[in-house]
Amino acid sequence: MKSSKLALTLLAISVGLIGCGEDKKPETKKAEAPPPPSIEIKIGHVGPLTGGIAHLGKDNENGARLAIEEANAAKIKIDGKDAKFVLVAEDDQADPKVGTTVAQKLVDAKVAGVVGHLNSGTSIPASDIYNKGNIPVISGSATNPKLTEQGFKVQFRVVARDDQQGPAVANYLATASKPKVVAIIDDATAYGEGLANEVEKTLKAAKITVLPREKGTDKTTDWKAVLTKVKGKKADAVFYGGMDATGGPLLKQGRELGLKAVFSFGDGACTDEMTKLAGAAADGLLCSQAGIPPQAADKKFLDAYKKKFNVDPIIYAPFTYDAANLLIEAMKKANSADPVKYLPELAKIDYKGATGKIAFDEKGDRKDAEITMFTMKDGKLTPIAIIKGGQTVSYEDFVKASAPAPAAPAVAPAAEPAKDAPKAEAKK
Amino acid sequence: MDIFVQQLVNGLTLGAVYAIVALGYTMVYGIIQLINFAHGEVVMIGAMVAFTVINALAAGSMPPLVVVLIGTACAIPVCMLVGYAMERMAYRPLRSAPRLAPLITAIGVSIILQHLAMLVWSRNVMAFPQIIPLTTYGFAGATITSVQLTIVGLCFAMMAGLAALVYRTRLGTAMRATAQNPQVARLMGVDVNRVIAATFIIGAGLGAVAGVMIGTYYGVAQYTMGSVLGLKAFAAAVLGGIGNIPGAMVGGLLLGVVEALGAGYIGDLTDLCRYGLGPEESCADGGHFILFGSNYQDVFAFVVLILVLVFRPSGLLGERVGDRA
Amino acid sequence: MKNQRRVWFGVALIALTLLLLPFALSQAGTAWVRIANFALLYVLLALGLNIVVGFAGLLDLGYIAFYAVGAYVYALLASPHFGLHLPIWAILPIGAAVAALFGVMLGAPTLKLRGDYLAIVTLGFGEIVRIFLNNLSQPVNITRGPQGIAGIDPVRIGGIDFSRSDSVLGVVVSGPMKYYYLLLGLMLVIVLVNVRLQDSRIGRAWEAIREDEVAARAMGIDTTGMKLLAFAMGASFGGVAGGMFSAIQGFISPESFVLVESVMVVSMVVLGGMGNIAGVILGAVLLAFVPEVLRWTVEPAQRALFGKMLVEPEVIRMLIFGLALVLVMLYRPAGLLPSAVRKRELTQERTS
Repeated sequence: MKSSKLALTLLAISVGLIGCGEDKKPETKKAEAPPPPSIEIKIGHVGPLTGGIAHLGKDNENGARLAIEEANAAKIKIDGKDAKFVLVAEDDQADPKVGTTVAQKLVDAKVAGVVGHLNSGTSIPASDIYNKGNIPVISGSATNPKLTEQGFKVQFRVVARDDQQGPAVANYLATASKPKVVAIIDDATAYGEGLANEVEKTLKAAKITVLPREKGTDKTTDWKAVLTKVKGKKADAVFYGGMDATGGPLLKQGRELGLKAVFSFGDGACTDEMTKLAGAAADGLLCSQAGIPPQAADKKFLDAYKKKFNVDPIIYAPFTYDAANLLIEAMKKANSADPVKYLPELAKIDYKGATGKIAFDEKGDRKDAEITMFTMKDGKLTPIAIIKGGQTVSYEDFVKASAPAPAAPAVAPAAEPAKDAPKAEAKK
Repeated sequence: MDIFVQQLVNGLTLGAVYAIVALGYTMVYGIIQLINFAHGEVVMIGAMVAFTVINALAAGSMPPLVVVLIGTACAIPVCMLVGYAMERMAYRPLRSAPRLAPLITAIGVSIILQHLAMLVWSRNVMAFPQIIPLTTYGFAGATITSVQLTIVGLCFAMMAGLAALVYRTRLGTAMRATAQNPQVARLMGVDVNRVIAATFIIGAGLGAVAGVMIGTYYGVAQYTMGSVLGLKAFAAAVLGGIGNIPGAMVGGLLLGVVEALGAGYIGDLTDLCRYGLGPEESCADGGHFILFGSNYQDVFAFVVLILVLVFRPSGLLGERVGDRA
Repeated sequence: MKNQRRVWFGVALIALTLLLLPFALSQAGTAWVRIANFALLYVLLALGLNIVVGFAGLLDLGYIAFYAVGAYVYALLASPHFGLHLPIWAILPIGAAVAALFGVMLGAPTLKLRGDYLAIVTLGFGEIVRIFLNNLSQPVNITRGPQGIAGIDPVRIGGIDFSRSDSVLGVVVSGPMKYYYLLLGLMLVIVLVNVRLQDSRIGRAWEAIREDEVAARAMGIDTTGMKLLAFAMGASFGGVAGGMFSAIQGFISPESFVLVESVMVVSMVVLGGMGNIAGVILGAVLLAFVPEVLRWTVEPAQRALFGKMLVEPEVIRMLIFGLALVLVMLYRPAGLLPSAVRKRELTQERTS
């Protein structure tokens, strides 16, 4: 019995070791292959490739992959050598525990930089590990403010924080539909509650009455008790922080109960799925997405993405694309793939990406991140306004204003914008 | 007042949903004193099968009601098969094993069913096509929809049918005999294994109907929907007195009403500012200091479960007490 | 005599393997040391649950609640959230004590319940604890709710910071490696306690309760006290493991303490062999490594065979858990490494 136990344990370990050995081979092989004056630069990407939001993880990974392939095609030279960028894609299953393990794996593999993770819940514990390994990491989708509040120099993000999105939605709701009493409901997840808290803060600051918070869970299907209470308190607007799977039934049941209030949701429930989930009740819904809508992203990026992956980006691919490009751009400027050398360049970068102009504040958050407001019209989400730096611009004006931009060599890792950028920074 | 009536209506509908699922638990428990932990997953599979069928037929020209009936007709045999297979493979071999053994296999079966369903139907939330036109009726200031009325009606019909089966048919007599004493029943010529299998099949059939009802009512189904629903329905069955058919009904309806009223009123009732007890900075300008809000809605079922088991293990209507609990 | 020497040799070999393991693993990457650490955490949990399930025969499906309590105690006492930064030697005992208190809170009202009813009630208890942790951000912010607590202090003993690497005599010892040794030490302590308990008066009393509670009471055993003691002891080990989880992760939120985790620990105990310490350790190590092994085998194999992934490793892992529970109960009800008593009683019960 004892020997069998030992054997099994050893077996488990050896299988693990063999597995790990296999993982390392392809990377080292590739390193040796190209002719002498070249360097291989590994860039990690982490997102859930399995599990409930695997499709979003893949979308994120595609964005980063596209950026890296374009950079390779552009034959960038770093420190006089041909740079060959390699994407090391990892799966964190959206589980905090796996997130730290995978982060450690990337640190072990000595990647030059990381794009990811997708969720705030995995990004926050992982950021500590990247910080210790001194590896710059840019998230294209984690919106929890906490991520960049930890004081880690290596952590950046190119997407709007919850406390940027929340106020934007709340302000839009306050000015567009002028409610007197607003009910706020959330799904008791980090995302839903976080967003709802920010909306509440802004509405209260605008002297609008906010009812005590109501909550469900991310699996709740019966919202009637909560909605009836909201109806009884005569709310004329409802904000829900949560995902579409719960937001759909919420909206439908609200209308069934004869609730006339305006419903507004955050980006988790701002998907085309809402029409299926709520049916005709979805019409008139107001909702927001962090960043500009994928269809408003740089045309060149959209075409390249579609051509390469044969699908349209879902939500965050333009952001991870930009994140990967930012890493490459900073390496070019520093003329080095060594984080110690290019990190300062990354911190003060000024870059025109697929999602617009990107510069970081001292925390590593994007300055003036955009938020888009949508409305549901005849079963289709239609962008109505873009909010940036507290300014609301109608969608038509935004498209008109940014139309010439894609014509300029903005996204391509060309030399011109790179030269301009530091000057623009210096002027400030 | 109309809000209170509306909350009662909400609670009764939710309770009817619990009651339908609770019937499946209570039936199996009544016969072999086994908590069929995987019953919630049977309900889920019923909803999923119905979704597939309804989704495929929704675009056609058939009247919506017929589509739903066809969906149900497909879900029932699938669930019955699952129920039978479960009993045959995971429970029957353990009939004489210690009581914990079948419970552990039940947990295993429920994990397996959940993940198999995930492989078939993916992790995504399935949105039921909204084909049944909703008719809303006003009632004492509250609104109630046709689907809600159907659920409550069906719930009573199923209970009555089940009671008739147990007390009026030969199979029912055999079931009751098995429940009282399997050994003696066997001596009297009852094929105990067959009776137990029949119990599982009928329970699974009820589960299928419950799944379809829940799916069409809420409009969504997902592979994880069975676990929480199953737990709450089990709590309902225990509340009413497990093993007792009318008890499952009473327990379900009561739990539904408790949840709805709880979610609707507990926030106001535990607002310390109302009693002048809250800290001043929170209570100023009509502010609130709420100890428990609707966020504790899911706790009620578990609290009810624990209280009943501790203080009245036989439940409200159950009469058999003993070493069971 | 010769036999004894062989046993000692075996022990020495295992000890040496365990001591050198992190160095071997770190050759493959520090990530593997982290994985080993999580496996050790599961061993701690499984050993704790084994006291309740294996020794006293009380099926606890909400065990993860105690892990959560331990983790939150650590996080609240050593993070910027309340501005408290107590040292590890103060927190771990507090965590264990608070978890034990929760164990008694669960045990006291459920003393009368047996078997399956107890299992369901414990499950409900686990959910209640999680729901409270998730909602105690209002009206007073205690747990930060779903946002979780970040910036939790790593373990610091003397001048050694467990989150950094140090070099000792030219050998680099990374942070995860230090945690490995700390966890290994804790595991040894808990194994020793388990072994000593098993053959003590308390252990016998538990066994008697497990076999026949009424008879045990008739024999003069204080069944109430003994059952509460089992809950408290099991819970306190869970609390210690939770504290370590907090320290290693640096960030915790209620989503780490869901029902599936409870089921996972139960699976470990059941698969390995309820009541047998070696079996439980084996079960924990096996199931903790399953996901990683699958990640390295199933994923590449599927991609090579079909060009894409058909069945996710995560799903296979859950299917393995489910199947393990069913198959073990059907064919090997005493687990892979059955305890001697269990084996005897189970075979007897089946033949009777």
